[in-house]
Amino acid sequence: MLEAYQFVSRHPEMLAKWAVDHLWISLVAIGIGAVLGITLGVFITAKGREPMAEVVLYFAEIMMTVPSLAFFGLLMLLLSHIGLSAIGFLPAVITLILYGQLPILRNTCTAIRQVDPALIEAGRGMGMSQRQLLFKIKLPLALPVIMAGLRNAMVLIIGITAIAALIGAGGLGVPIFRGLRNARMDLIIIGGVSVSILALLVDGLMAMLERWITPRGLRG
Amino acid sequence: MRHQVILVSLLTLLIGATIWITSLGKVGIYSTFTYADLVWSAWAHFKMVFIAVIIATAIGVPLGILVTRPGLEKLALPVIAGASVGQTIPSLAVIAIMAPLLGFGLRSAIVALVIYGLLPILRNSYTSIKTIDPAVIEAAKGMGLTRAQIACKIELPLARPVIMAGIRISTVITVGTAELAVLVGGGGLGKITLTGVFAREALIILQGAAPTAAMAIALGFLLERVERWTTPRGLKGA
Amino acid sequence: MIRLERVTKIYSDGTEAVREVSLEVERGELCVLLGPSGCGKTTTMKIINRLICATSGKIYIDGMENTSINENELRRNIGYAIQDIGLFPHMTVGENIGTVPALKGWPKARRRKRAKELLELLRMNPVDFIDKYPRELSGGQRQRVGVARALGGDPPILLMDEPFGAIDPITRVDLQNEFLKIQQELQKTIIFVTHDIYEAIKMGDKIALMKEGRIVQYAPPADLLYRPRDEFVAGFVGADRGLKGLQLIRTKEVMWRSPPTTKPDEEVMAARERMEREGIDWLAVVDDEGRFTGWVLSSHLEEGRKVKDIMSTSAITATRNAVLSEALSLMLTSGPNVLAIVDRSNRLEGVLTLQAIQNALREAAQKEESQ
Repeated sequence: MLEAYQFVSRHPEMLAKWAVDHLWISLVAIGIGAVLGITLGVFITAKGREPMAEVVLYFAEIMMTVPSLAFFGLLMLLLSHIGLSAIGFLPAVITLILYGQLPILRNTCTAIRQVDPALIEAGRGMGMSQRQLLFKIKLPLALPVIMAGLRNAMVLIIGITAIAALIGAGGLGVPIFRGLRNARMDLIIIGGVSVSILALLVDGLMAMLERWITPRGLRG
Repeated sequence: MRHQVILVSLLTLLIGATIWITSLGKVGIYSTFTYADLVWSAWAHFKMVFIAVIIATAIGVPLGILVTRPGLEKLALPVIAGASVGQTIPSLAVIAIMAPLLGFGLRSAIVALVIYGLLPILRNSYTSIKTIDPAVIEAAKGMGLTRAQIACKIELPLARPVIMAGIRISTVITVGTAELAVLVGGGGLGKITLTGVFAREALIILQGAAPTAAMAIALGFLLERVERWTTPRGLKGA
Repeated sequence: MIRLERVTKIYSDGTEAVREVSLEVERGELCVLLGPSGCGKTTTMKIINRLICATSGKIYIDGMENTSINENELRRNIGYAIQDIGLFPHMTVGENIGTVPALKGWPKARRRKRAKELLELLRMNPVDFIDKYPRELSGGQRQRVGVARALGGDPPILLMDEPFGAIDPITRVDLQNEFLKIQQELQKTIIFVTHDIYEAIKMGDKIALMKEGRIVQYAPPADLLYRPRDEFVAGFVGADRGLKGLQLIRTKEVMWRSPPTTKPDEEVMAARERMEREGIDWLAVVDDEGRFTGWVLSSHLEEGRKVKDIMSTSAITATRNAVLSEALSLMLTSGPNVLAIVDRSNRLEGVLTLQAIQNALREAAQKEESQ
C-alpha cells in the first residue's frame, strides 16, 4: 500500500495518462456503440421484423458468452487478415463496441416494446406519422430504459478496456499487467484500485444522468 | 429451433478451429500447444469454474434467501448493494488485486472468481423469493402449513427457476473471467490465450479462446436445459 | 357528413369483422354504435379514420372519399378518444391537448390558449391542471383530458370508443351529462362506440345496434326501445324497457316548475296551511336568494313554531338536464319522495315528484303497448 502511494506521489503524470487513455478509449467505444446499438435496436423493433430481432438479440447474447480475452484474439486475427493494425487502439475500440451491443440492443428493444399499445394507437389516431410516433412517443418513453442499457454497457466497457492493455491499447490495465509480470505489487494496486474507482464513479454518474434524463411525467 | 441451429454451428466452428490449429503444430516461429496441453488446460479451467460456482452458490443462495426472512430484511439492501459494487469493479481488477492480498496460486484465482460470480446468484435468489405473490403465501398459511412447510413446498419450488437462472448467468460469466486467472497463477485455458497474446500470434490466441468460448456456450446451454427441467410444469410458459 | 357504403372488413385469417355496413350520420348528430363485444362496432369506427383499412366498400366524409386524403391528414381532422384514454405520460396536460394542434403546426402560444379553453370547457381549472402530468390526475380527470385532447384541433368529427369506460359509475354520469351539454354547444358529428345500452340511449341521437358485423337496426333510441325490429333487438334492449325509457326523459320535461316553497323564518302554521291548500305533504325551503336549503314534511309539523326549527336540511339535488333514471336514484337516497332541481348556484328551479316519474313510466308503457 505504502509503495503504491509513494509511486503515485512520485509519478502522478503516469497515473493521469493511464486514466485519461482509459477514459478516452471507453468513451469512444460507448459513443459509437450507443449510436450503432440504438439505431439497430430501433430498426429491428419495427413491425414485421420480429424474426430478425430474435436472431440479432440471440447473436448479441452469444457474443457476451465469448470471454473478452478471446474476443480480442478473434479480432486480432480478423484485422491482421484484412491488413489493419491488429494491436493498439483500433482493435480495442472495435471489440469494446461489439461487447457493449448486448445491453444497448436488449434495452432498446424491450423499452420500445414496452410502450403501452394504447399510446401508439392514440398517437396514430391523432394523425402522427411513423416518424412522429417514434420521436414523440416511443423514444421519449423508452429513454430511461435505454439509458440504463448504456450504463450497463459503459461499466462493462470500462472493465474490458483494462484487459485491452494486453493488446497495446494503453489505459489503467497497463500498470496491472506490468505489475503482474514483474511482481510489482504497488503497480497492481494502483491499476486495480484506480480502475475500480473509475468504474464506480462512471456508474454513479450515469445513474444520475439516467434519473435526470427521465421525462418528468414518468418519475416516481 | 433457430437457436439450436445457431448454437450447434457455432460450437462446431469453435471446436473445429481449435482442432485445426492444434493439428498445425507450428505457427510462424512458435509451436502450437499439443492436444494433451489443451485437454489438461480445459480440465483445469473447468475445475476452477466448477469450484468457484459451487462456493458462490453455497454462499449466495442461502444469503439471498436469508435476507428475505422477517427480521433480517434490513440487511437486504446493504448485502445486495455490496455485491453489486463487487460486480461493477472490473474483473481484471478483482483478480489482479488478489496477488498482493493472497499471493499467486489457485486459491487467489478461486477467491476472485467467487467474488465476481456472487452477485447474479445472490440477486436472483433474493428476487426469486421476494417476487412470490404474497397471496400464495397467505393462502398456504390459511391452510395451516407451518413456516418450514411453506418454505419447502411453496417458496423453494416457485423460486427454483429464478435461482437456477442466476447460477447459469454466474457460470457463463465465470468461464470468461477464468481466462484471466492465469495472471495470478490459476492456470486454465487463459494460459494458452495469454501466450498467444504475448507472442502476438493470433492463431495461438484462438487456440485458447475458441475452446473457452465453446465451454461458455455449452455450459450456458446445458444449464438452461436444467433450468427448464427443474421449472414446475405449472410455471412453464410457451 | 359521414357516409358508409357497404363497408366490409375481412381479416387475413378469414374472420368477417364487418359485413356490408351502410350508415349515414348527419352533421351535428351523435351516432352510437352499440352491440355486444366482438360485434364489429370498434372495427367499423376505426375504418372511418383508416386505423383499419376496409376490404371493400366506401366511406365518404363531407362528400369526399376517405381514401382520397392522406391518412395522417385525415386523422388530424377527426378527433379520437379511446377507452384506455392513452394520455402520453411524458407530456403535460397542456401538451397532450396540444398534440394535434402541434401536428398541424400551430404556434406554441396558440396551442396553450387552445388547451386552456378546452380545460375550461370541461370544467377543469386551467391554472391548476395545464402543467400537471397525467399520473397526477384522478381517473375522471384523465378521462376529461382525453376528451379535451380529442377536441384539440377543433375537428368537425369525433370518434369515441367507450370514452367513459374506465371510470366509476358516478363520475361517468357526471361526464356524460357534461359532454352532452358541450355537444349542444359545439354540434360536432360524433361516432360513439359503447356496449352499455343505458349510455347509448342517453347519449345517442341515433343508435346503430350491431351483431356479428352487421347493423341490425339503425334508429333513434325511442324507436329501438319501443319498436324493435326483431327478436335480437328486443332481447338486447331487454325486458325493462320502461325503466330504460327513463334514460330518454330529462327532469326539466316533467318537473314541477315554480313549486310551493317556504322560508326558514316563516311560521309553521302558514306552512301547514299551504300544504293543505296544495294537497301535498312537503314544502321546499329556500333562503332569501331562492337557494334550496331543505324540506319541511307534514310528519314534522307538530313541533316548533318557525320553519327553521322543524325543517330537515338536505344537499341532495339534481340539475334540469339529468335524466329521470338518475333523478330517481337520487330521490331514493334523499328520503322524501321529492327531489329539488337546482341551477348551478343552487337556486331552486323546480321539484321532481315520485308521482311525476310514475306518470312518465306509465306513458312509456302505453307507448310500448300501442304497437
